[in-house]
Amino acid sequence: MSTATTHDDHHDHGAPSGLMRWVTTTNHKDIGTLYLWFAFIMLLIGGAMAMVIRAELFQPGLQVVDPNFFNTMTTMHGLIMVFGAIMPGMVGLANWQIPLMIGAPDMALPRMNNWSFWILPFAGTMLLSTLFMEGGGPAFGWTFYAPLSTTFAPASTDFFIFAIHMLGFSSIMGAINIIATVLNMRAPGMTLMKMPLFVWTWFITAFLLIAVMPVLAGAVTMMLTDRNFGTSFFDAAGGGDPVLFQHVFWFFGHPEVYIMILPAFGVVSEIIPTFARKKLFGYSSMVYATASIAFLSFIVYAHHMFTTGMPVAGELYFMYATIMIAVPTAVKVFNWTATMWKGSMTFETPMLWAIAFVFLFTIGGFTGLMMGIAPADMQYHDTYFIVAHFHYVLVTGALFSIIAAFYYWAPKWTGHMVDERLGKIHFWWSVISVNVLFFPQHFIGLAGMPRRIPDYSLQFADWNMISSLGGFAFGLAQVFFIYVIIKTIRGGKAATAEVWEGSHGLEWTIPSPAPYHTFETAPEVK
Amino acid sequence: MSSSNGGYYLPAPSHWPIVGSVGMFLMLFGFASFLHGSSALVMSAGAVIIVVMLFGWFGTVINESLSGKYNSQVDTSFRMGMAWFIFSEVMFFAAFFGVLFYARMWSIPWLAGGSNNVMTNELLWPGFEAVWPTNGPGDLGGDYQYMGPWGIPAINTLLLLSSGVTITWAHWGLKKEDRTQLILGLMATVALGVVFLGFQAYEYYHAYTDLNLKLTTGMYGSTFFMLTGFHGMHVTLGVTMLFVILIRSMKGHFTEENHFAFEAVAWYWHFVDVVWLGLFVFVYWLV
Ligand code: HEM
Ligand SMILES: [Cu+2]
Repeated sequence: MSTATTHDDHHDHGAPSGLMRWVTTTNHKDIGTLYLWFAFIMLLIGGAMAMVIRAELFQPGLQVVDPNFFNTMTTMHGLIMVFGAIMPGMVGLANWQIPLMIGAPDMALPRMNNWSFWILPFAGTMLLSTLFMEGGGPAFGWTFYAPLSTTFAPASTDFFIFAIHMLGFSSIMGAINIIATVLNMRAPGMTLMKMPLFVWTWFITAFLLIAVMPVLAGAVTMMLTDRNFGTSFFDAAGGGDPVLFQHVFWFFGHPEVYIMILPAFGVVSEIIPTFARKKLFGYSSMVYATASIAFLSFIVYAHHMFTTGMPVAGELYFMYATIMIAVPTAVKVFNWTATMWKGSMTFETPMLWAIAFVFLFTIGGFTGLMMGIAPADMQYHDTYFIVAHFHYVLVTGALFSIIAAFYYWAPKWTGHMVDERLGKIHFWWSVISVNVLFFPQHFIGLAGMPRRIPDYSLQFADWNMISSLGGFAFGLAQVFFIYVIIKTIRGGKAATAEVWEGSHGLEWTIPSPAPYHTFETAPEVK
Repeated sequence: MSSSNGGYYLPAPSHWPIVGSVGMFLMLFGFASFLHGSSALVMSAGAVIIVVMLFGWFGTVINESLSGKYNSQVDTSFRMGMAWFIFSEVMFFAAFFGVLFYARMWSIPWLAGGSNNVMTNELLWPGFEAVWPTNGPGDLGGDYQYMGPWGIPAINTLLLLSSGVTITWAHWGLKKEDRTQLILGLMATVALGVVFLGFQAYEYYHAYTDLNLKLTTGMYGSTFFMLTGFHGMHVTLGVTMLFVILIRSMKGHFTEENHFAFEAVAWYWHFVDVVWLGLFVFVYWLV
């Protein structure tokens, strides 16, 4: 059975031109491209803020910026990277790839898809505008704990709140679209258990998004009314509780970290089989592991609050539940390893990033386990050890997977192979510098250096300087990445339809670059 | 182009999303500025743009639907979209219900010295006892009376439950192509919704003027007004959508097999209804 697709006469062939094409587009490839560029620009802006942070921490003492601005930088860096770079980057990949991978002509709700994207630049502007307001931007950390973010926060916080509302709205619409696409737009024969793992991981992520973004909206709404309308949700004098903020926030916050990592698992699960020239080991266990991680992510959140204060029963429960997540996570790591076992491996650039992901993400997973042990976390909490943990999972995890995805799928998007030599330079430069940047943070964290403080005592000086040097090098590597991206778009060796020798799946059956409209007649899936 | 060939309808490029984004930006940026002393002009302009966008966007969709461009697959996408949107709304309310439970079961008893918090109570809030409703150990907002369940709230419960019946009756009318029943059912539903809102407005007035129960009345006032307030906003939205559906029914837009918009609104209305039951039990009744 084949299904034909109809669309309006206005855009029968190829892409329309001009600026309005990008503003009004309903095409999943255009929208994917917009998301990816947005994410990349945000990565550079957030990266610039990280450079300010590392410059200040290069030496003990206060030298580059004043403490409040330092706090603004850590806050905005976190918010921009999470909501501006990683999440939109993953959605960009979803937009480009999900329809191609399930043989659909487009996303299920294309107009809404456009809106999901076009909210982002406005939300980003709102968020960044706080930097120029009287009293400065938000300086209470990306977790915006009350009462720092309510009683003691600058006026710009209300703009920050609405920026979060907009970002959440966009994410929810994007997630709804993905669910509808996966459930309703698969080509005939593409059963759920035949779906590529990238589609599966995004499908599950979409449920996480729909479940927790509204809770975040609730949290910032309560902040708004506590700040402006005299409610006392987070104020003990009225019977509220600042700790309540942390509960609401982390009910969102922990699933949020999995929102950022599950699609990354999907990307890696696509790349490794291609370059190991073997089928993914344990496909169905991967699906079930992803689903269990998603489920567990709802019931472990208070591991972020071990030192905040909770009844002992709560501490114990959240400790055991947290450690349990290691099981499905390990299933994944073992499956990737088993996929490579006895494969005929080659090490093209995407594979290098994917392998680095497996190694380095696992380091982050291990430190996560260490912090999941409640009594041990009393020592680690709010130190650089945590900073090291989440940068291993987010930078060498989520971000590396997006970069890997670029190297893997860019030939399909642009029709040009990426220059392997440049890609490898980018890889080695990044992977070395990122470890110089973050590995020492484990040591200074264990030695007791607190996070989010612009000054530190002398015994932390050496490792901080090394970390800063790694940071500058890593930042520079991403500037080099701009060159790689532009060069690939401009030209390069023509890519074949399959692109990679071991590639598998529907996206490799269409020509490179992918035509503006694909699968208008649904493909047959055996 | 028609739905008969089983084709999927891909909409043409649309300017409504960007209009919506501009409207949303102006409305929210304007609101935040308003909170810090600016005029309400930008905020209102944003709201107007959003209303224009909604008319334009939904108008386009309705026209496409009426000209037969959609097939059953598109219909399914719309249904999924609406269903998961409602789920996201459920989670939004869940956050506020969670806050209510947390305050009642934990934070207020702790402030009164419960669990291992004896010193919190002794040193910070001596003499504070855990009761509900409460405006907290700081006695925020001063003396007040709480809102009992058996007056207006009970009537409102009856109103909303009846409106659930009338909309189902309207749906039956639609399914057996009885236009009169459809339209009467919808009119009754809209009327019940409007009366509900009227009662709620009166209840707020009563709370503010007679009971000294305000948004600033500590945790009780905060949870009471935020939960019922957000619910009221959703009822308002629901009534508006019902009204649109009523007009469309009068114009004969819906057929026995093609009436997604009707069902979407009906789902939404039931959702609003169920949230109310939660409110009735946990906000009004179990005090
Ligand atoms: C093996 C699985 C993991 C475990 C057991 C784990 C455990 C933890 C724990 C216990 C903390 C809190 C430490 C503290 O504040 O004292 C934490 C913090 C954090 N984790 Fe993980 N984690 C895991 C995986 C991940 C992943 C995959 C991500 C993201 C992709 C992630 C991102 C974060 C972030 C961002 C923070 C810090 C939040 C903050 O306070 O700013 N973690 N993790
Ligand atoms: Cu966590």
